[in-house]
Amino acid sequence: MTGFTGAELIAAMSSLGAGIAMVAMIGVGIGIGFNAGKTVESTARQPEAQGTLLKLMLIGVALTETAGIFALVIAIMLLFANPLMP
Amino acid sequence: MEVGPRIIFSIGSVNFTETVIFGWIISIIILIFAFCATRNMQRVPKGAQLLGELLVGFMYKMVKDTMGEIGEKFTPYMGTLIVFLGFGSMLGLLELRPITADLNCTGPLALISFIMIHYNSIRARGFIGYNKHMASPYLWMWPLNLMSECMFPITLACRIFGNIFAGVIVMTLVYSGLETASHALGSPIPFFQIGFPLPLNFWFDMFEPILQAYIFTMLTMVFIATGRTVDED
Repeated sequence: MTGFTGAELIAAMSSLGAGIAMVAMIGVGIGIGFNAGKTVESTARQPEAQGTLLKLMLIGVALTETAGIFALVIAIMLLFANPLMP
Repeated sequence: MEVGPRIIFSIGSVNFTETVIFGWIISIIILIFAFCATRNMQRVPKGAQLLGELLVGFMYKMVKDTMGEIGEKFTPYMGTLIVFLGFGSMLGLLELRPITADLNCTGPLALISFIMIHYNSIRARGFIGYNKHMASPYLWMWPLNLMSECMFPITLACRIFGNIFAGVIVMTLVYSGLETASHALGSPIPFFQIGFPLPLNFWFDMFEPILQAYIFTMLTMVFIATGRTVDED
């Protein structure tokens, strides 16, 4: 067992944490896919409402994306602006 | 890898970063364009005047479609927002750092939107009505509603920041990877950087900025419009 310093341990664990944080994107992908699929379905059923549906879809996608963006911000913080690093 | 915006110069303890300088430059360019487009106006528009009229007409139509008749007085703010955020995020095309890849740029803009939403909500509903809405459906929901309202500017700022900043990181990695690849082939010139990153440039520096600026503006409009509706009961 070779020794390592506390800073090295924190760096290694932060990198792992950044990777684990991005797992949140699974949910975002499913959510956005569901959203887009339903929009396609609605457009096929009522093609004249396409403009409104597209606008609503973009808002929905933006709101769904928020969770993933928070995960991304946390991952970026862990990698580049780590508050735990001594 | 350097990720933060570089400090160009500082006066005393006040640092002027790339974000501030590019923000000023973009504002000045937009001002000059607006000035040139409105001098010597013709009945049949052409050139800069035509472009300006297209943009202004598009914004008025979009805001009116989203917010209804009341939206007319909000159009100048929304138009400024979409143009500033759009051009600010597209700076990556010029090999500069996009100003929206900095929370110090998006945060204040989101805060302005937040203040506008609540100011207009109080004005339209009255102080009593505003508090009644915040305390719906039950009185003990008031602090929870306040928390969910306060999350709005944070999510708004983080959304555009996260998207554009992720684009910056990906573009930096791609360009340095292509440089390494062309050096590995023994060429002093990073010739792989010619043409290959174009689709990524198109996605991260043109499509994403337009989409994110549109979403920022659209969410502000939607929340102002819903904040102004007076409950019937």
